[in-house]
Amino acid sequence: MPTFGLGHLWFLVVAAGWTLALSAIAFLGGGLIGFGIALARISDRRWLRAAATAYVQVVQGTPLLILLFMIYFGLAIAGFDQLPALIAAGAGLTVYASGFLGEIWRGCLESVPRTQWEAAECLALTRWQRLTRVILPQAMRIATAPTVGFLVQIVKNTSLASVVGFVELSQAGKLINNSTFQPFTVFIVVAAFYFIICYPLSAWSRGLERRLNVGRR
Amino acid sequence: MTYQFDFSALLPFWRDFADGVWLTLQLSAVSTVLGFVGGALCAIARADGPPWLKRIVGAYVEVIRNTPLLVQIFLVYFGIAVLGLRVDANVAAVLALVVNVVAYTCEIMRAGIESVHKAQIEAAECLGLTRAQIYWHVVLRPAIERVYPALVSQYVLLMLASSICSQISAEELTAVANRIQSDTFRSFETYIVVGLVYLALSFVVRWAFWGFGLLVFTRRRKLGTAL
Repeated sequence: MPTFGLGHLWFLVVAAGWTLALSAIAFLGGGLIGFGIALARISDRRWLRAAATAYVQVVQGTPLLILLFMIYFGLAIAGFDQLPALIAAGAGLTVYASGFLGEIWRGCLESVPRTQWEAAECLALTRWQRLTRVILPQAMRIATAPTVGFLVQIVKNTSLASVVGFVELSQAGKLINNSTFQPFTVFIVVAAFYFIICYPLSAWSRGLERRLNVGRR
Repeated sequence: MTYQFDFSALLPFWRDFADGVWLTLQLSAVSTVLGFVGGALCAIARADGPPWLKRIVGAYVEVIRNTPLLVQIFLVYFGIAVLGLRVDANVAAVLALVVNVVAYTCEIMRAGIESVHKAQIEAAECLGLTRAQIYWHVVLRPAIERVYPALVSQYVLLMLASSICSQISAEELTAVANRIQSDTFRSFETYIVVGLVYLALSFVVRWAFWGFGLLVFTRRRKLGTAL
């Protein structure tokens, strides 16, 4: 039986690269859709608010594992059955990230005092101008810390992409464990990789929170 | 799209789904209770323990919160096997979930404990309350009351995260779904149904916690607000 060696370590390094790539896809895609969701949640139109609320409830109320399976098989039924696993997993994680980021950013948008909207309205700005010139710059300052914090969740949850056949860090660890059967060595190294990626993000998020002091405002 | 949806293929399996739901609820309930107790103890240790203990608990919380649950589950499940112990997959699953949720509960409870004003504790000392009394009546109960909404969210997430236990052959709802979809070839329908079941479960769990909150915190004010 082979033992855990340098070759395995290199395999894990490459897999960590895929974990990062998948995280980037999920964050960018989730950020784009999530921003739309956040805007829909504070929209004037009742049906738009209701639709966005329902979307968030469904995404936050089902496990990511089930979401991934649904999107994977759903895409296959829709005719995209030759998609690379990266795209299928990326689509699932995008949906997941958009549901949570949308709700985080809605909170940030709503935490800007109402009077700011009213003052901007008095200055005869259009609704779009009010949003982009007055509210967003203030909301973005508040949003940085929780967004970086959520990045940690995205990186950790890419580990579930293995269920749709994508070889990222966790799946690579499982493959190595199947051949060497040294679970402690393998999974502690895998966990260390995740920790090296996630801990700086957590620390950064905490630092941002302290600096902005949003918790005590 | 020419796909014909056929949900009726899943009907004969309703008992399997029900068993899966039951095991999911059992796993979540046990992990929630153990996680809450463990998390509260860790939070106390971190707030008031000797420096070495504070450091250990702090490191534990950071390590757990910055690594995926899936890796923790693999580590526990395969690790136990290598140690030569024969443990049921469900026990390994609960163990991993508890290890995970204790860290999150500890972090939430710490915020609650820190929000209790120092003067409250001094006042309690002046009244001659013992350390245990102070902890129970002055620190913990108001702290729990204040972070209760955050705890509820965490435990709903735990219930959803228990789906990851399907990866180590614990026969909960997601594992049942995996088995049924490979029996019937009705993958999309199976996961839609199971997704809806999880959605319903998350509402039920939320309502249950809300009702429990009403029973336990009898003071009439909105939960989660400053005292």
